[in-house]
Amino acid sequence: MARVVLPTSVARQFAAATEFEVAAANVRAMLEALDTQHPGLRREIEDTMALAIDGEIYQDYMLEPLQPESEVFVVPKIGGG
Amino acid sequence: MDDAPHYKFVGTRPIRPDGVEKVTGRAAYGADMVLPGMLHGRVLRSPHAHARIKSIDTSAAEKLSGVKAVMTAADMPEIPNELAPAGEMMVNFREVSDNILARTKVLYDGHAVAAVAATSPSIAEAACKLIKVEYEVLPHVIDPVAAMADDAPVLHDHIFTEGLPEKPSKPSNVAKRIEIGTGDIEAGFKDADVVIEREFNTAAVHQGYIEPHACLANFTFDGQTTLFCSTQGHFVVRAICAKVLQMELSRLRVTASEIGGGFGGKTVVYLEPLSIVLSRKSGRPVKMVMSREDVFRASGPTSGANVWVKMGIKKDGTLVAGEAVLKYQAGAYPGSPVQPGCMCAFAPYDMANVKVVGYDVVTNRPKVAAYRAPGAPISEYAVESVVDELAKAVGIDPIDVRIKNAAKEGTRAAYGPKFGPIGYLDLLNKVKESEHYKAPLGKNQGRGIAAGFWFNIGGESCATININEDGTIGLVEGSPDIGGSRASMALMAAETLGVSTDRIKPIIADTASLGYTFLTGGSRTTFATGMAVTQAAQNAIQQLRERAAKIWDIPVEAVEWEDGFARPTSSNAGDFEPLSIGDIAAKAGKTGGPIVGRAEINAAGAAPGFGAHICDVEVDEETGRVTVTRYTAVQDVGKAIHPSYVEGQLQGGAAQGIGWALNEEYIYDKNGKLDNPGFLDYRMPVASDLPMIETILVECPNPNHPYGVRGVGETPIIPPMAAVANAVAAATGVRMTDLPMSPPKVLAALGNANGGGDD
Repeated sequence: MARVVLPTSVARQFAAATEFEVAAANVRAMLEALDTQHPGLRREIEDTMALAIDGEIYQDYMLEPLQPESEVFVVPKIGGG
Repeated sequence: MDDAPHYKFVGTRPIRPDGVEKVTGRAAYGADMVLPGMLHGRVLRSPHAHARIKSIDTSAAEKLSGVKAVMTAADMPEIPNELAPAGEMMVNFREVSDNILARTKVLYDGHAVAAVAATSPSIAEAACKLIKVEYEVLPHVIDPVAAMADDAPVLHDHIFTEGLPEKPSKPSNVAKRIEIGTGDIEAGFKDADVVIEREFNTAAVHQGYIEPHACLANFTFDGQTTLFCSTQGHFVVRAICAKVLQMELSRLRVTASEIGGGFGGKTVVYLEPLSIVLSRKSGRPVKMVMSREDVFRASGPTSGANVWVKMGIKKDGTLVAGEAVLKYQAGAYPGSPVQPGCMCAFAPYDMANVKVVGYDVVTNRPKVAAYRAPGAPISEYAVESVVDELAKAVGIDPIDVRIKNAAKEGTRAAYGPKFGPIGYLDLLNKVKESEHYKAPLGKNQGRGIAAGFWFNIGGESCATININEDGTIGLVEGSPDIGGSRASMALMAAETLGVSTDRIKPIIADTASLGYTFLTGGSRTTFATGMAVTQAAQNAIQQLRERAAKIWDIPVEAVEWEDGFARPTSSNAGDFEPLSIGDIAAKAGKTGGPIVGRAEINAAGAAPGFGAHICDVEVDEETGRVTVTRYTAVQDVGKAIHPSYVEGQLQGGAAQGIGWALNEEYIYDKNGKLDNPGFLDYRMPVASDLPMIETILVECPNPNHPYGVRGVGETPIIPPMAAVANAVAAATGVRMTDLPMSPPKVLAALGNANGGGDD
């Protein structure tokens, strides 16, 4: 089961826990699982957040594979100068 | 044994491909383009910091001879007040549109209200003076802490603070509250032997690019528009203009001019939609160029801020807790870089207990824009200042405290993920071992060090490698070249193809000639576009091998590419003379047509940047002047593709950070009018102010890039403010907590204010 961690602000917005254990083979399945529990969460994440999957940050994502021991942190998208 | 890869071209220092045009004055910057029948546009700007627009009368301006078009916000589509995707971010385009041209209220001195196109600049300026705007002046607020007060004038009725447990009942200037953290902050402080807390203030500072914003739009009656402009991202300009003007992307073709500096400030659109509308209304090309005063009054600086930091340390030098509250001014619309400020604040440290709260605060100033490592220099200045004090409190050298607590591979950042391979510890040891760190100091001199962290990003990039008929190579990419990236792209293509850089001509294509490429920012270009260029070159090599196989009539698997030549893999494949790119290109027509390598990618795997700077200063106790006498910037650069330009990034970031530390600030009068909109009164460092900035490049390759690239452009602006402040503290024994550390403030802090003072 991949470990998924939401930022406090997003968790609060959806009255959700900040941590989830999700059985998913890729990011799309993970987001679908989260959205089933908290409708609208998938869109919020996709529109405004990046994912740090096992330490590597993805600004865009959909089919990235997840391992059972994967760690996914939902983090704000980063821009830059 | 040195197991680092040995490259033939990567890591060398060829002359930049755009160098001759620049040093001979022939490079075309934003204001240099001219078209037949071209008009000159000018903008009428608000004289008030905060006012309601009651009416605008343009009739007198329209009647002036030579005036061909006048526009107000009524000439732009009304955009709904909602977030919409824009590149990698969600943006409220209503606010973008309002910032381009005020619709109902002006929110800062310099806010654009109307625009004119005329046959000469002087006629356009005269016409602006004929436009009558009736204002209802409103109370204003400049300072972010004052803007958070309950009785502060509220800028926007629709902003209710996000990030609170309950939606507030009344609007506020606080657009958002953010909180990140890890561990147990209270337990961490209980564990500490020494706890220090300090409050800091930093000034809003401008990116200070030499070339002002400039553009030239040409609308034609078939509905097509071409736009030439100075920008860090012409695909993003196209997207924003199309959105705020409700155009199809295919009707707007944007070409990026040569760019005279950006530093994040040219990721924003100001003049471009105005020139398009004025061109559409007049039927003529319209050029618009900001004056320096316009640049200061109306284009984005980065935030000024109020920062409170509390940290705890054990006697053995272990940092056990870090807490911070960041209040960043966003300017007139939400969107300060407080989020990355929160995430970066304690990132250089492997520290168990962290809590950071941030506030995004609107004020009656120009909307902030990105500036190198947006948000990070402010929070890290405060943290690095406190770390310096903590080290002294426990009697440990500040570099040893940083070495003891340094983030390493596997360290979990307070914002969540673990770091991959990073060279932070290596570079801290380089600081400690450096001749500079050990050099003696003179009277009234002090030395400070400080560290910095920035994420770096990847993103979307396209590249094409055109194999010309004579074997030379056209390299086409879409990233505007701010810091010498064309040279780096040519080097990576040369290394991959095995041919010299003088055979490769890199160009930056317009938006109609290449696929979407995200802007030059976030320290992404050499990483992401470099990855696209490398993959395009590999794609070309595959095709070159296939063509050689056809020429030799052998299987492609029996052809290898080595040092710029196709060769049989072994004598079993046949006895053939190697074929150069030119040999293969000459027969391209017979073997299938032109050879074009291409790549379209969304690059992930950007590795973070860490750096540390050493600063020596001398403080004049009579005048309060701080002179930087020696400065060294040390950074993990992954792999320096063109070391001269990497060193240049470190030197430029350090110079800008020193200006932020010592002199730069926006000064507003009591009416909220900017008092110093020019380089005479807004004091940036010039060459004679600074010593030669020394650099030490530490190369810890990014495993996710074919040549190990890490972004390098932003990290170097993070350490300077604290490095200078720590040096001033070492020289004087006084901790400065307000930036800039200008002579009057230093004098006041020294208790020696002979006619000076903190005004």
